[in-house]
Amino acid sequence: MATPLSLLGAVLAQILHVALVLVAAPFLLGVLEWLRARLLGFRGASPRQPWRDLLRLLRKRPVLAESASWISRAAPYAAVAATAVAAALVPGFARGMALAPLSDLLVVAGLLGVARVALALAGMDAGTAFGGLGAAREMAFAAFAEPALLLAAMSFAILTGSTNIDFIATAFAGGAPGLRVSLALALLALLAVALAENGRIPVDNPATHLELTMVHEAMLLEASGRHLALWQYAAALRLLLWLALLNALFLPYGTAPAAAGPLAWVVAAVLWAGRMLLLAAALAVFERAIAKMRVFRVPEFLGAALLLGLLGAVLLFVSTGLT
Amino acid sequence: MLTAYVLLLAVLVGLALAAPFLAGRRHGSVALHAGGGLVALAMAALALAALLGVGAPHAGLTLPLGPPGGAASRLALDGLSAWFLLLLGLSGSATALFALGHALPRPNRRHHAAGPADRAPVLAAQPLFLAGMALTLLAADAYTLLAGFELMSLASWVLVAADHEVAENRAAARLYLIVAACGAVALILAFGLLGAGAATGTPAGASAGTPPGTPGGLGMDLAFAALRAAPPEGWRAVAVLLLVLAGAGAKAGLVPLHVWLPLAHPAAPSHVSALMSGAMTKVSLYVLARVALDLCGPAQPVWWGVPILAAGVAAALLGALRATQESDAKVLLACSTIENVGLVAAGLGLAAAFRGADLGPLAALAAGAALLHALNHGVFKTLLFLAAGEVLHGAATRRLDRMGGLIRTMPWTAACALVGIAAAAALPPLSGFASEWLLLQALLAAPRVGDLAFQLVAAAAAACIGLAVALASAAMVRLFGLAFLGRFRTPRAAGAEDGPPVARWALALPAALTVLLGLIPGPLLDLAVPALRPLVGGTGLPGPQAFSLAAAEGPRYLPLPLALLLGLAGGALVLLLRARSPAGVETGPAWDCGFIPPPAHLPFGDPLTQPDAAGFAQPLRRMLAGPLLRRADRDAPDRSSLDRPGHGPPALRDPAWVLLFVPAARLRDALAAQAERLRGFTIRRCLTLSFATLVLLLAAIAWLERG
Repeated sequence: MATPLSLLGAVLAQILHVALVLVAAPFLLGVLEWLRARLLGFRGASPRQPWRDLLRLLRKRPVLAESASWISRAAPYAAVAATAVAAALVPGFARGMALAPLSDLLVVAGLLGVARVALALAGMDAGTAFGGLGAAREMAFAAFAEPALLLAAMSFAILTGSTNIDFIATAFAGGAPGLRVSLALALLALLAVALAENGRIPVDNPATHLELTMVHEAMLLEASGRHLALWQYAAALRLLLWLALLNALFLPYGTAPAAAGPLAWVVAAVLWAGRMLLLAAALAVFERAIAKMRVFRVPEFLGAALLLGLLGAVLLFVSTGLT
Repeated sequence: MLTAYVLLLAVLVGLALAAPFLAGRRHGSVALHAGGGLVALAMAALALAALLGVGAPHAGLTLPLGPPGGAASRLALDGLSAWFLLLLGLSGSATALFALGHALPRPNRRHHAAGPADRAPVLAAQPLFLAGMALTLLAADAYTLLAGFELMSLASWVLVAADHEVAENRAAARLYLIVAACGAVALILAFGLLGAGAATGTPAGASAGTPPGTPGGLGMDLAFAALRAAPPEGWRAVAVLLLVLAGAGAKAGLVPLHVWLPLAHPAAPSHVSALMSGAMTKVSLYVLARVALDLCGPAQPVWWGVPILAAGVAAALLGALRATQESDAKVLLACSTIENVGLVAAGLGLAAAFRGADLGPLAALAAGAALLHALNHGVFKTLLFLAAGEVLHGAATRRLDRMGGLIRTMPWTAACALVGIAAAAALPPLSGFASEWLLLQALLAAPRVGDLAFQLVAAAAAACIGLAVALASAAMVRLFGLAFLGRFRTPRAAGAEDGPPVARWALALPAALTVLLGLIPGPLLDLAVPALRPLVGGTGLPGPQAFSLAAAEGPRYLPLPLALLLGLAGGALVLLLRARSPAGVETGPAWDCGFIPPPAHLPFGDPLTQPDAAGFAQPLRRMLAGPLLRRADRDAPDRSSLDRPGHGPPALRDPAWVLLFVPAARLRDALAAQAERLRGFTIRRCLTLSFATLVLLLAAIAWLERG
């Protein structure tokens, strides 16, 4: 199976995937913001705006608070590195890429945890009021999101016998489990988790200027220059990661095997981009239709996701009758 | 090899005997700590050799000691014992190194006044504590195990009561002694039931009511081999399981018998807290694993694991939740210990259930997760408690509200603590993540036990453990952020400094070990195979798996490539930004949303504008802890005056405290009041009472003799 040619294909596809993800992440965020602005009746900034912001911020030297330590300087690098590795692990346009054996759902969750902890510690580093507030809320939300993610993973593990994302995607693309109510419930649970993890409406408003309601942005108030650029880039990568994850788990169609060669890759990449844009558009429509909820309503929102995940797993127990 | 262990035990006892003479001397405590550390190191080395299969296979060893009238005490060293001895040795040597570092006289400062940790009983109790734990792990019969367990309990009680001038420590020590005594009673009863089954041979004869053995049970064969040959069945099995769960669980900190742990562990000197949290709870878990999984045999049904799983999950959840709320660093760490002990117990429970369902590979997976997590937690919790001890030395406080900014004054401690925090928060590629990944894989595979009720239990357990892991991550971020980051909260924190060089190494070595254990979980699991054998039998043991962790089939976790990728990404990022971005950083006053910099009379800024321990805990308190820990949230501002911030009562009530311990204390008081009435009896009534007791006992004997 592991002939040199297929190995080369896997490595090349992986490198292409990483490059595509790293370049596309700010564009995806830009498209999402542009769509949302259009839906709200604004003209909206160009989808290239996030990249422009990043490059502009990169040219500036960061200003650190006097009370800040080396954590403020190291944390953005750790967050981007962890998120980028996680994004490299989630399959994109191709299946069976070089890092496919590593692409475990729990490992990806763990890497996102690294980025989250780095962000929370950076938020607390300067010792300002808002940073600590945001860190406390972020960690509290994560506590509710994690079990919902785990129960969704349980549904996948029952259906395919694995938590490897690449394996699940391949199995689902082959139509192994068919259409199941449990999968719909797991989808709802994962959508809620994705909204919370990315700090999107209704959990958090990425465009807010009211500090008291902020979570994610509150931790970045002291960041500036290239550090701020890194944080923003990590956020864009995380958004792409989650959309790619939903894509791989629930729309695993039209992907190319890593050994298929460049032409198939290009077709698959175009299809993948289309599906990602579809998800982004759905997110924009959803965000337009709903208002941000109070901070202390978020546990109810994520608790509902947890219950849906549990319901999905229980339905699977009853329907599959595993022995 | 066993002979070497016996010699080490003798050395420990010798150290304890020498302690009263050494306590007053100038280098007395140095010698004691050095001796204890060397013995612990030797224990770890011997255990590692035993796990690797070096040296002659070890037959049991019989010591010419034992209870009067009973068999001589027997020692043995199998894989399970060796695994826990390895953990004990690692934790013991690190804690001894830390104590040594602080006991060594330092050239440029006055020798510190002898504190409570330098008293003779405390110094004598430390080697005895180590000896008790080692004896428990080496025991091959119930008497020896109980003797070691009790030695461990009593020695650690002395250590908890070391600083007995403080009323809270006295209360903690008393509660600890009560729980330890109750646990011992439960364990003795459990072994009695096991031994009775072994003595009568067939359980059928036992249930018919024949008296087991000779009166007093001294004729029972309580060697593990004999107990293993006659696993309990029926009601006896239920009773043994519940009694062991109560006895070993009380000592390990399983719900609902955990309330003593956050009180007693912090009361001891820091290096002893580290040993108690890192090693003693694991020794109790060893007793649980030994009795429930090994001695009770492989023939137990699926439900056998459910009580262990339930107690473990409850402990994980409650411990993590309390850890997010506590405002004392050492109490927080003790609560985190409850959480991790719960995770290990959940793994053991899952292993028992899988074994009952004949799912050998999954049982090995779950038991492997439990053993790996026990080792990992033992190391990183030792590290964290030692770091808390260093902070206690440096900043003279355990309260998070009096720390802050220590990363700048104690950089060494902060860096080591960061490693421990990241491992405890289950961040890849550190050690905590590897074992928790394995445990979660076992949980996610649990629905393969066909029973629907068990599947529901497994789904609920998965949700609870996910919640517990995420809560632990929040608790660890809170601990590190409040203690080491931000502005100084007190001048003491601004003047803190790292410990002496030897104590720094005592932090750096467990930190390095935490990283190492995280990178090589696969070889570690191979190392644990001899330890898995008594737990899951010979079937389904994992094969060699170089540098990766593979669940029974399918998903794999490869920490080394992952760490490599992370390093690669980080390095590439640094190089890229160095080319594209101006070098260096500027510093200035915190922007803080445009608030003006603090005036000169507030050198660390306004303390009220930095989140404190209660403030950082507030979201989770309001979302989860308030409802679960029986505390109404009263964060609303005090309406009577606008300038006073609203403060709720700081104490959260643990449900186990409210539901179990308070009623138990009330019952004790009621019984005592009733017993007091006996004193007012007339002589006639007293005689009647004695006579009635005599008649009752005679009747009982007659009934028992009748069979």
